[in-house]
Order: sequence, then structure tokens, then C-alpha cells
Amino acid sequence: MNDFIDLFFNLDIMAQAWPLLLKGLIVTLQLCGVVIGLGLVGGLLLALGALSPRRWLKWPAVGFIDLFRALPPLVLLVFVFSGLPFAGLDLSPFVAVVIAFFLNNSAYFAEVFRAGIQSVPKGQAEAARATGLSQPQTLAHVVLPQAVRNVLPDLLSNTVEVVKLTSLASVVSLSELLYSANMARSVTYNSSPLILAALVYLAILWPLVRLISRYQRGLAVH
Amino acid sequence: MTAAISPTPSAKVHARPMLEINKLGKSFGTTEVLTSIDLSVRPGELVFVIGPSGSGKSTMLRCCNRLEEPSSGTILLDGEHVTACQGRALDKMRLKIGMVFQGFHLYPHKSVLANVMLAQVKALKRSKADAKTRAIEMLEHVGLAHKAESMPSELSGGQQQRVAIARALALDPKVMLFDEPTSALDPELVGSVLKVMKQLREEGMTMLVVSHEMEFAREAADRVVFMDGGVVVESGPPEEIFGNPQSPRLQSFLSRVNRGGE
Repeated sequence: MNDFIDLFFNLDIMAQAWPLLLKGLIVTLQLCGVVIGLGLVGGLLLALGALSPRRWLKWPAVGFIDLFRALPPLVLLVFVFSGLPFAGLDLSPFVAVVIAFFLNNSAYFAEVFRAGIQSVPKGQAEAARATGLSQPQTLAHVVLPQAVRNVLPDLLSNTVEVVKLTSLASVVSLSELLYSANMARSVTYNSSPLILAALVYLAILWPLVRLISRYQRGLAVH
Repeated sequence: MTAAISPTPSAKVHARPMLEINKLGKSFGTTEVLTSIDLSVRPGELVFVIGPSGSGKSTMLRCCNRLEEPSSGTILLDGEHVTACQGRALDKMRLKIGMVFQGFHLYPHKSVLANVMLAQVKALKRSKADAKTRAIEMLEHVGLAHKAESMPSELSGGQQQRVAIARALALDPKVMLFDEPTSALDPELVGSVLKVMKQLREEGMTMLVVSHEMEFAREAADRVVFMDGGVVVESGPPEEIFGNPQSPRLQSFLSRVNRGGE
């Protein structure tokens, strides 16, 4: 039992590893910020494309969404990081991770936005257009606010997934939180830094997960 | 700008139509819903459209502001071609055509006041202060100024429909289209909406109304149009349409309505 505590819950080693993990956490947060921001914008544009009556917009958008939802993000990441250099595109690990996860994530966000937009009754947009609002104005002021509210739990769930997804970036040696913890583990021959990293993920994600549950209960009540 | 429209009978006789529908046709795929509809509404006139469901009444109304795209024919508003407008010109044209829907379609995420202000600010480009003043004025008009800060979900159906009317009126439209405005309401709430419509008529608003409220048509309409199977079968003053229907189709429609009604 003592061995177990010593190997996984060693407070001294956790304290030593903390500065390194903190640096990793900052990279993780930066990565999340960029991937989520780009994913939301890309997802919205893709959803609008997929819902467009114009075929030349609709089919490429639907194809993109289907393709990148089906491909495992790890495969995408390895391909972008290790494959593209052969095509003359040498990318830093950070940029490679951003590109790979953007492709994956915007496809997921697109599905959520699409469901949200479709959940808004058609009469809402008709009423807005009938009062002289343009299509973009109708979208911005009438349809999207309702769409986002209807799928807020799904948007947040997807955000949680992104935070966890960023730990995959360790395979391309990007020194985010998990990679840093792993480094600390290999230096100390002790797994406590990994547990510490897990606690950090938990501290970030637990409030989000609670929030989602509350929204879902709220939606169920109304 | 044209001069203010006087609701006096002489103005009605001499003025050109405010809304003019010429040979309007509409098909969905191979199904023809409207066939060569001719209908005009003079300034200050209230024209009532009746007919069995599926007769094309609502489609005709929705063609007037191009929520449905007409397949053929033209629509003129105060001499301007509605059917020729595209893009922003169409958005501008729609500002002059108020529309009230069966399902109200208030924006549920915005307060009553914000519902009435939105298009004033975004489409008509009024300042927020002006839009607010106008919104309060219109809400007073429909008797709901005290609900300005409420959310639509806190209102009864009748109140929601009156807010929807205020939302349309705030844009100073030249004509108001009503698409079965009371069909979704509980019977005890119908009266409050009809009262607002009657008041509008007295103020000289030009109105085209699709509705099943025969009693209201008898009382308030200048003219009643009977549609069936996508064509105008008969039209005339209410006393003629209800008192002395000519076509067998109108006769059978009225006898069905009367049996179903009282």
C-alpha cells in the first residue's frame, strides 16, 4: 500500500513537478482557446453551408463535416504533422495540432449548430424577413440566439471534449499539460505527476460538466 | 412621399389601388395552388378573404410580401412592383407591407419592447430612442404598454398577437396582411385582437385579411372575396356575399360554415 501511495500520490514529487505542469497547462489553455475559437467560427460557417439551398455550398460543407467526423483525430494529427512535411509544408507542433483539431472540431461544432438552427421554427425567420430584416440580420438577431440557446449543453459538451482532446498533442511532442506530466514522470520514475495532471484536468472540466448537467435539467423542466 | 391617406369614402373611390394583384399564379412542383388571381385593395379598404382550407388564401397572402415566390403574375404596392424587387430592394419593400401570422411568431428570446424595436432599428435604421418611443406608442395603441418589459412567454395568445400587430405597425406599413390572425387563439381571446383590427380600420389602414371570423367580416369588411381551388370565385360587399351568394360553391361553403359555427 505504501508503495502505491509513494508511486502515484507522492506529494513531494507533485510539488517538484508543479512548475513544469504549470507551463504545460498554459500551452493546453492556449491550444484550447485557439482550437475552440476557430472550431466555433468554422463550425458555424460549415453549418450555414450545409443548410444552404445552394448545392455548390451545401455538398462541400456536408462532405467536409462527414469526412472529418469520421476520421480519428489522432490519425489526422499524425498525418498533418508527419505527412505534410513531405508535401513541403513544415509545421510547428502547435500549428499542426491546431490544424488537425480544427478540422475535427469544426465538423463537430457544425453538427451542433446545424441541429440548433433546425430547432428554431421556420416562422421565426419568416416573421423577421416580413419586417424587412435581411437574411444575415435575421440570422444574427433572431435565429442564432435561439439556436445557440437550444443547443448550449451540446456546445459545452463539445468544449469539454476539446480540452481532453488536446492531450493527444503529446504524441507530436507539444509540451502541453499531459506531455509535461509525462516528462516529469520519466525524470522522477514516479507516476504522481500524471495524477496531478489528471487533477488539473478535473479542476478545469468539473465545473463545466456541472454546468452542462444544470442546463440539461433546466431544459428538461421547461 | 404621398399625401396622408384619408379614409373618407370619396378617397376610396378615386384613389388608385394600394395593393394590386394581377394574374397571380403559384405552383408547388406540379401542383397548381393559385390560378390567375386578380384582386385589388384600395387605400383604407378592408378586404376579407374567405374560403375552405387549401383554397390558396394563405399562399396568396404570402405571395404579397414574397414569403412565397409567385410563379407568375405581378403584385403592385402603391404603384410599385413588389414582384420585380430583389435583395435589399425587397427588404425595403417588405417594410411597407406589415404581416401578422396565425402563430404570432414573436421572438421568444426578446422582451415585448425589443420585439417591437428590432426591425425599426435594424431595417428602418431608426435611432434606438426613436424606435423605443414609437414602440411604446404602438404598444399603447394595442393596449399593452404595461407589458413592454415582459417576455412573450408571459403573455396570453391574444396579447402576443396584439404585440405582433404592434411590431408590424411600428414600421409604418402602407398595407397590413393578416393571415388567420385569430385561428390559434382561445375563443375568449379572439375579441381583443378583432377590436384592435377594427380600430385600425377606423384609422384608415389598408388591410387584407384571411380569416374564418365571418361575423367580423360581416361587420367590418368593405369587400369579401371568396376563394376556392386557387381561384377567386366570387367577390363583393359583405351583405351580398353573405346575404345573396351566387355561386353554388360559395353557397355550400357558407352553409357548411354556418352549421359548424353557431
